[in-house]
Amino acid sequence: MSGLGIENISMRFDLPNGSSVQALKDVSLHLEPGELMSVLGPSGCGKTTLLNIVAGFLAPTNGQISLNGHRVEGPDAERGMVFQQGALFEWMNVRDNVSFGPRMGGKKPADYTANVDRLLNIVGLADFKEKAIYELSGGMQQRVALARCLANDPDVILMDEPLGALDALTREKMQSLVLQLWKETGKTIVLITHSVEEALLLGERLLVMAPRPGRIHKEYRLPFADLGVGADLREVKKHPEYNSTREEILAMIWDMEEEIMGRTEETS
Amino acid sequence: MTGLLILLVYVAVFAGSFFAVKFLVQSATRDYTSLKTVTFGDESAVVSNRMASILSIITIFLIWGSFTGSKWVPGFLHAPAAFVGETAFNYTLDNGSGETDVGTVFVKVVDFGEDAENFEVEPGDGAAKNDALAMNAGRSKTLIFDKNDNFKRKDGAKVIAIDGDPIRPKLALESSKGRFVLTDKGAISFTPPQGLQMDPIYLPPPEAVVRRFWEISSEGYRNFTLWQHLGYSLFRVIGGFLFGALIGIPLGYAMGLNGWFRGWFDPIVEFMRPVPPLALIPLIIIWFGIGEVGKIILLFLAALWIMAIAARSGVSGVRITKVHAAYSLGASKWQIMRHVIIPNSLPDIFTGARVAMGVCWGTVVAAELVAASQGAGMMIMVASKFTLTDIVLMGIILIGVIGFGIDMIMRWVERKLVPWKGKA
Repeated sequence: MSGLGIENISMRFDLPNGSSVQALKDVSLHLEPGELMSVLGPSGCGKTTLLNIVAGFLAPTNGQISLNGHRVEGPDAERGMVFQQGALFEWMNVRDNVSFGPRMGGKKPADYTANVDRLLNIVGLADFKEKAIYELSGGMQQRVALARCLANDPDVILMDEPLGALDALTREKMQSLVLQLWKETGKTIVLITHSVEEALLLGERLLVMAPRPGRIHKEYRLPFADLGVGADLREVKKHPEYNSTREEILAMIWDMEEEIMGRTEETS
Repeated sequence: MTGLLILLVYVAVFAGSFFAVKFLVQSATRDYTSLKTVTFGDESAVVSNRMASILSIITIFLIWGSFTGSKWVPGFLHAPAAFVGETAFNYTLDNGSGETDVGTVFVKVVDFGEDAENFEVEPGDGAAKNDALAMNAGRSKTLIFDKNDNFKRKDGAKVIAIDGDPIRPKLALESSKGRFVLTDKGAISFTPPQGLQMDPIYLPPPEAVVRRFWEISSEGYRNFTLWQHLGYSLFRVIGGFLFGALIGIPLGYAMGLNGWFRGWFDPIVEFMRPVPPLALIPLIIIWFGIGEVGKIILLFLAALWIMAIAARSGVSGVRITKVHAAYSLGASKWQIMRHVIIPNSLPDIFTGARVAMGVCWGTVVAAELVAASQGAGMMIMVASKFTLTDIVLMGIILIGVIGFGIDMIMRWVERKLVPWKGKA
């Protein structure tokens, strides 16, 4: 079966004081190749845990992840990851960061140089190939991270709040870039975000998760990602359904946060 | 007393030059920092004053030269010198029954460090005969004046006046010629004006230190040239440091990457780290003698724990997202070690290396003070036994300059090899 399968994933940590936390409970879903899914939820809903399980950094206590028919046992080049920040290698320049994956895979420079240059062109960093990472702005660093992930040609790209640390304007430009890259490369993308707007714009499918235990609360299928490819994202935001969906999701998350606050007050 | 005066002069020069520079030198720059209104508490607004640094160094050399009578410092800046030359004073002797007579003491005061040769004078007439007194500047000398006199102290004679001024036992008499005190037994203790300049035995002038430097750098000291002495010290430091790094860095990596290694070596490292290397010197001498092996082992031990801890914290400090990113890009364990963990730990290792080099340099000098036949520490230790203060000072200055030079080189290498340090 092709695509990414998340099958009955449960995750339970034991705490040192003897109690345990149910971070995820019976999470199941399936992504077809080329699908773009954003995941939204209040803090503590287990969305980062879920992403780490898909990436192979954590083993679930129950269930399994499968990709294109085989079972995921650990991290692998087939599942690339883009982090919020600080995941680039400061001791390498931009080009060496982007070519890291192919180089580790044992490819010869002749085989990857053209692709690396093409990707640096797409993310608009062709003139910054030789620059050190610490000389770049935050937005440029995230573009390097995107290019680095794509240079390795993974089947699935996992993004953990990749634009969370950027200012609003840079963030909007980066959202267009993510959509453009998604359309051009046809990769399966899972994107975690705290921003409802970002989840709406960058999600063909939008997953709202609920906390304690972490579970899927509601799933949406939205047209905005397709509308946004190559278009002005501010125009997309004028779409009537965009606003109503945003209000609906905001209210949903607001209620969940309220509930968490109430519970914390009771216990304390 | 002189020390307190020097401190007061130093504080006065510090404050005086501050106000002088503040009011006389107007800063014309209008850079961003100069436009800040909040400077107290804003660390970035505190810029090291170049003028203050220059004046600070000049002040130290001026005070040094002025209180040692250096030829390199103009005479009007010299502190008052101790009296040198010839003088004479009279003493009035009473034989205990009212008879008095006056004797004259001729005094020759020669400069610091010169030989005060005894000399003869005409005894003259009367009961109190003339005396001769030879002495060095800055010292006191007790005159047994009655060896040649007819009135003896054991017969009840005593000095009642100096140059006509009455003097009583134990009460000092100050005059322009100096300070007179009668000892318990009635002898005259004479101190010519001492001035404020230091005896070269305590503090030689700068030119004496420089002269020593040229002399020792061309003729050597204790069978070894100056460069051999310094070279031996440097060789020991570099040897000990390299062995320490060679063992310490892999040990630190192992402790950072493996729980068994960390558990096994943590007690040893945490115990040995606070033990000052100097405390190991006696044990090292007992075990390995005073040769090169012992010294290099001592420095090895001084560097080992510092390098191990630096490497361990370098490994522990790697952001987990970097490791995760590398795994997701398909890197193997070995590739992550080579391309992520090692480069990521370099800034910490360089910080450790700078600390270790500093500690090693301090330890080698101390070890050579205890036992060595060559080395910078040995040089100043042997010189101090012969009160060759100029060699001691020269050695201290060279040790300081080399220690500073080592740190400068380490910083330069650090900038070249880990330019991303502190910028991540």
